[in-house]
Amino acid sequence: MIAAIAVAVAQVIVVGAGAPLLVGVLRTLKARLVGRRGPSPWQPYADLRKLLAKEVVVSTTTSWIFRATPYVLAATMLVASLIVPVFLARPPLAFPGDVILLMYLFLLGTFFLALAGLDAGSAFGGMGSSREVAVAALAEPTIIVAVFALAMRAETIDLARVVERFSREPLLAANPAHLLAFAAFFIVMLAETGRLPVDNPATHLELTMIHEAMVLEYSGRYLALVEWASAMKLCLFMTLLANLFFPWGAGGLTGPAAIPLGVLVLAGKLVLLVIALAVLETTVAKLRLFRVPELLAGSFALAILSVMAVVLV
Amino acid sequence: MARLAYGLAALVAVGAAALGLHGMFGGAFTLRVGWLVPLGGLQLTLDPLAGFFLLVIAVGVAPASVYAIGSAGGARRGLGAYLVFVVSMCLVPLAANMMTFAIAWELMSLASYLLVLHERESRESLRAGWVYAVMTHAGLACLLAGMMLLGAWTGSSEFADWRAAAPGLGGGARSVAFVLLALGFAGKAGVIPLHVWLPLAHPAAPSHVSALMSGVMIKLGVYGLLRASFDWLGAGPPWWGVAVLIVGAVSSVIGVLYALVEHDLKKLLAFHSIENIGIILIGIGAGLLYQGAGLEALALLGVVAALYHTLNHAAFKALLFLGAGAVVHATGTRNIEEMGGLIKRMPWTAACFLVGSAAISALPPLNGFVSEWLTFLALLQNTHLARPSLSLAFALGIAGLALTGGLAMACFVKAFGITFLALPRSEAAARAHEAPPSMRIAMVLLAVTCVALGLGPTWVVPALATVAGALLGNTTPVAFGDWLTLRVSDGFATGSALAIAAALGVALVALPLGLRVAGASRRRRAYETWGCGRIGQTARMEYTATAFANPFKRVFDFLYRPTKKLDIDFHPESRFFVERIEYENPTRSIFDDWLYRPVLDGLSGVARAARAIQSGSANLYLAYILAVLLIMLVLA
Repeated sequence: MIAAIAVAVAQVIVVGAGAPLLVGVLRTLKARLVGRRGPSPWQPYADLRKLLAKEVVVSTTTSWIFRATPYVLAATMLVASLIVPVFLARPPLAFPGDVILLMYLFLLGTFFLALAGLDAGSAFGGMGSSREVAVAALAEPTIIVAVFALAMRAETIDLARVVERFSREPLLAANPAHLLAFAAFFIVMLAETGRLPVDNPATHLELTMIHEAMVLEYSGRYLALVEWASAMKLCLFMTLLANLFFPWGAGGLTGPAAIPLGVLVLAGKLVLLVIALAVLETTVAKLRLFRVPELLAGSFALAILSVMAVVLV
Repeated sequence: MARLAYGLAALVAVGAAALGLHGMFGGAFTLRVGWLVPLGGLQLTLDPLAGFFLLVIAVGVAPASVYAIGSAGGARRGLGAYLVFVVSMCLVPLAANMMTFAIAWELMSLASYLLVLHERESRESLRAGWVYAVMTHAGLACLLAGMMLLGAWTGSSEFADWRAAAPGLGGGARSVAFVLLALGFAGKAGVIPLHVWLPLAHPAAPSHVSALMSGVMIKLGVYGLLRASFDWLGAGPPWWGVAVLIVGAVSSVIGVLYALVEHDLKKLLAFHSIENIGIILIGIGAGLLYQGAGLEALALLGVVAALYHTLNHAAFKALLFLGAGAVVHATGTRNIEEMGGLIKRMPWTAACFLVGSAAISALPPLNGFVSEWLTFLALLQNTHLARPSLSLAFALGIAGLALTGGLAMACFVKAFGITFLALPRSEAAARAHEAPPSMRIAMVLLAVTCVALGLGPTWVVPALATVAGALLGNTTPVAFGDWLTLRVSDGFATGSALAIAAALGVALVALPLGLRVAGASRRRRAYETWGCGRIGQTARMEYTATAFANPFKRVFDFLYRPTKKLDIDFHPESRFFVERIEYENPTRSIFDDWLYRPVLDGLSGVARAARAIQSGSANLYLAYILAVLLIMLVLA
């Protein structure tokens, strides 16, 4: 029991504390790739500290929804970090849920954030909310069908058991279905976490932005919470991608050294994914908003192909 | 007088709940009154399925009646119809022979028809009533045909005899009966493409009646489908299940897509009823397929998911309709483009509507999530069928359900955000007032029900499993874990709503404390919304519901086929000054244009052709009679 709680706390700390670093590394890498010096990878921590020290400015138009949303959003990400297998196959709170719960927890956060975007009554917020829910809704089928492709092969949708199964039988993963599901999931991750080519996380230009438009009214500690939650979402999605599709390392570790070793293995896998993401983000241009559904339809087609591959192979 | 009647209806609901719970946990009785009804007499039987639906009825009727005391005031119009409506709904699941069922069913339809005609002065209301009457009677015709065929083949009008004799019928006969009965029940449930009456009729009725029609009455269509497919006919060939599954998936996706572009609050909710009926049918379809393949445990899971969603939808849809009623009561409009900022003037209604919105969007830890999760689990395990071609159909069903969940979330961000948040968009919205106490009590009751059903699946699911087990004739008990954790299909998936709610609660308490410990600044300044430096904010700067729904309109334009009309009047001196802009962007229903329009045109063509023999001359009519008589004599 005590061990389980210790693991739970460790897992939340790894995700919560590590997420800004992940974003920092990504930004540094992207800067280097385009020949800029860029900020230090630790810059997001400095940003968060600065935001926490500032006062918040709250629009008089808003209601309690606006003030509650940053907390709800961060809370959903913290709970989600208990469900995802981070450095051990069996997360401490494996029993309350599976991928479906995870996706609907993310939707809960999106729901509140989109409401908060409407709450201040500015056109920017409404525009961001509308686009964000459109992207989230269209991404949903891909996730569940990709998960279905995995579940068909692992015979469970319990995340821990999927990871255990695949790390025990690595040959199961060497399959076209697995690759297709990975591609589908990767595209969805780009959409869900607001990365290029779906959304540009580095701009505040109103015609292109989705997420940044929605959170435009936030400042001070509220903005800190929202940014932190976004970083955690990216971190959780990448961890999920790393552990579901490359489960080696997460499954087999036991004993007292398991946690530090598991964190190291995870960090290695995440660095590889971050490099891939940085290269992708510097080589593609942002899509027009109304081309995004085509991208998501493409990822959905990949997910369906993956199911077909499981059925036929 | 009005208070007495609504109080009586609430008492009926309490009685129905008690009887329903008794029935769900094994209580059974049969009541026969031979002289009351022709052809077999009145016959009522309580069994677990009937008990469950009595409970569903009670979940809707009790709060709606309490609400009506406040909302309808002393108005006497429709009191009798309301009582008949409530009582006949309670009789439908209890009916145990064809005549009793048909009478209860028709009473329910007629009473609700009268309630739809509540504002019989308005043309819209009359049209809604007309479409409803036509569709419901077309459905009744299918039902009666199916039931009479079954009666003729089995030689009895009692449901118990059908159950015993149905396995002996030929496959073709059973399929004919299934199609007729399913059409009739699906029409009442509002399944696409038989849904056209629903978005017209439900909003036309007073809100407490809309809540009952959407929350409860259409569920009796689900009851009928369950009763006919599993109980009377036993499970059938795979195509029954596939058909129900596909119709369900199509209904859920198209229902929510129509809701997205709808800005009449009550119509929007009515379209969501179509969506949720679709989700229920997905569960039933999966159950039928598994039952046909002999996979009893999975069939049970599918039916449990469908029953759970039925109960949940009764709770949150009634809640949302009552909330919408309170908003309409306060602002005098159903158009959400004229609302806004109501959360400050109607905090109770807003909070309850938020709970309902989150529940219908299947967000954890509320009840909608649990039943959609169970439906997903039933669908995800289709590999046990070992039919690859079916796996692909299931994958599309899964995708449809997932898309529905996301779109419902989007739609309720719009419905709640535009209605309750930001600045009021009209004078009426700015002067809105909170609903009277009885209306608030009703809404809080339903909101609490939604939360309780969301947190307590470990108690609800085993109870529903006994109902489903009795329906499927499945005697082996299925384990569903302990009080904390729901274990489905031997650990295929586990879930604990309580743990999730507790974890969220802990995080929500810990975060502000953590910020304080971290030394975050606690200063807060109230200021106006940033408007690119412009001084003063007005409601005209806000995003509208139309704009909010526009991305969906563009992505799914093959369904909406929107037409755009832009009319700009320029100042006569210069084209740079605009005097007036008129912009219309309506959508068209493909079902009206491609399905109903040709049928109606065909019918009126036939009627026009028949008019040729109607001259109005009595001599000519006598000649017709003579001619027919002669022909009959010759034939005989």
